[in-house]
Amino acid sequence: MTTVVNVPPSLDDHSFDDVLRQLATVSADEKVLLDARHVRWASPFGLTALLTLAQTRSERPTLAVPELDETASYWARAGFFRYAEELYELRGNYPKRAGSADSNVLLEITSVAKSEDVHDVVGRIQQKAQLMLRELNLDAKATVGFAMTLSEICQNIVEHAGRGGWVMVQTYRWTKRLGRRVVVIAVADAGVGFRQSLESAPGKERSDRWDDAAALEDAVIRGVSRFRDPGRGQGLAGVRRYLGRWDGKLGVRSGTARIAIVPNWDDDVPLAEHLPPFPGAQVQVTIPERGTPQAPQRTSSRTQR
Amino acid sequence: MHHIDLSSVLRQTVACDLYSNLVTRPTGAAVRDQIERLLDEAHDRTLTVIDFSQVSMIDFSCADEVIAKLLLRYEAANPPREAYFLFRGVTDEHWEAIEAVLERRGLALVLEQADGIHVVGTLTAEERRVWEAVQQLGAAAPAELAKQLGLDPRAIEAALDTLLRRRLVMHVGDDYVVVGAHRGG
Repeated sequence: MTTVVNVPPSLDDHSFDDVLRQLATVSADEKVLLDARHVRWASPFGLTALLTLAQTRSERPTLAVPELDETASYWARAGFFRYAEELYELRGNYPKRAGSADSNVLLEITSVAKSEDVHDVVGRIQQKAQLMLRELNLDAKATVGFAMTLSEICQNIVEHAGRGGWVMVQTYRWTKRLGRRVVVIAVADAGVGFRQSLESAPGKERSDRWDDAAALEDAVIRGVSRFRDPGRGQGLAGVRRYLGRWDGKLGVRSGTARIAIVPNWDDDVPLAEHLPPFPGAQVQVTIPERGTPQAPQRTSSRTQR
Repeated sequence: MHHIDLSSVLRQTVACDLYSNLVTRPTGAAVRDQIERLLDEAHDRTLTVIDFSQVSMIDFSCADEVIAKLLLRYEAANPPREAYFLFRGVTDEHWEAIEAVLERRGLALVLEQADGIHVVGTLTAEERRVWEAVQQLGAAAPAELAKQLGLDPRAIEAALDTLLRRRLVMHVGDDYVVVGAHRGG
């Protein structure tokens, strides 16, 4: 029997939980069909998380691709189908070639599994990041911090996940919440996740309250690492400092919890618990344009172009 | 005096010679190993310039591996040799990561900049004051420094011992000089 899972029309870090909620009671070896035919828009988080989702299934899942040409075309330009073809049985029409590059996609979906991949990602992003951050009215100093942020988040996969993951960087106008442009980094893996990683620390003592949320608080807020070396855990601390300076947002989901460093412009909760389970870690960094925002539009309908 | 161009070391240690970024822990560890190999070819007492001029960026993890672990090894109780380091070509682009690891590890280093030599990182107020007095005098004996600063000679000697162990000053004859003031080991 195949379980049909409806993918929300707008797929982002929050609506992806709707997908996971539908899968919560479906065992990994059951056949699933992810119905993305009516998806109009997907964030980098949504696209990278869809790929990791396929990794968590022992029975190769089916994905019904977006029916809207411009959405499917965008997913192709983002490099989604290149990896999805290996992970999913794809149903429906989609561009077999990516076509011309999308100027909003600063880094198409890229596999990260080893240290050299991080070098490659950082090398590819630097020049584009300089131009893009200037467009967002950010200081030139923001460019290096941006590359460092990207590097440190990708390294989390290499060092802790135990399996490869994906990264994507994109800019878009976030009309619904912010009324201005943002640049978004999404990094996702289906590896061991923060809790299991910290549990592997030598001599790790579990507190009374030890769960995914506690592990995220340790790693993201307190800079705890599974290594005893006091020099470890600096990556996420550095990312937090950088985002504090540029009014950015950090969201990290792992297992059944999501933690967020929430700037004033956002109304996300700092810690969400008891979410539908999902292996590994999924990180999203959002940096907004500097300057006067346009009036936010109270609509959730978006189409990918 | 040794000169180590970090971008050259980087190209020798990663597979692709196009990379000019010091990123990731494995890369940092490989670069540090290569630096130590170069130090093995030097005298027992050596001053090495670590040159960042051609490095585009360094991330936190790599800064910890290259800089922090190098400094920790040579300021430890039994270092492999008496090695001093002067950091050159460090820009604002590198500084964020370097500052973070120095702070986290409680370390300090000597920077060569256009306007001269500076000590940066974690020092007590007294260590910093003594270091600056040594720099101002060019070369100084403890008694001279005690007179200059109006401090107890024992406190001066204790601060100098610490600065020497941390490789921020070095002996030249009976005097102390700041690292980088006299280029030669």
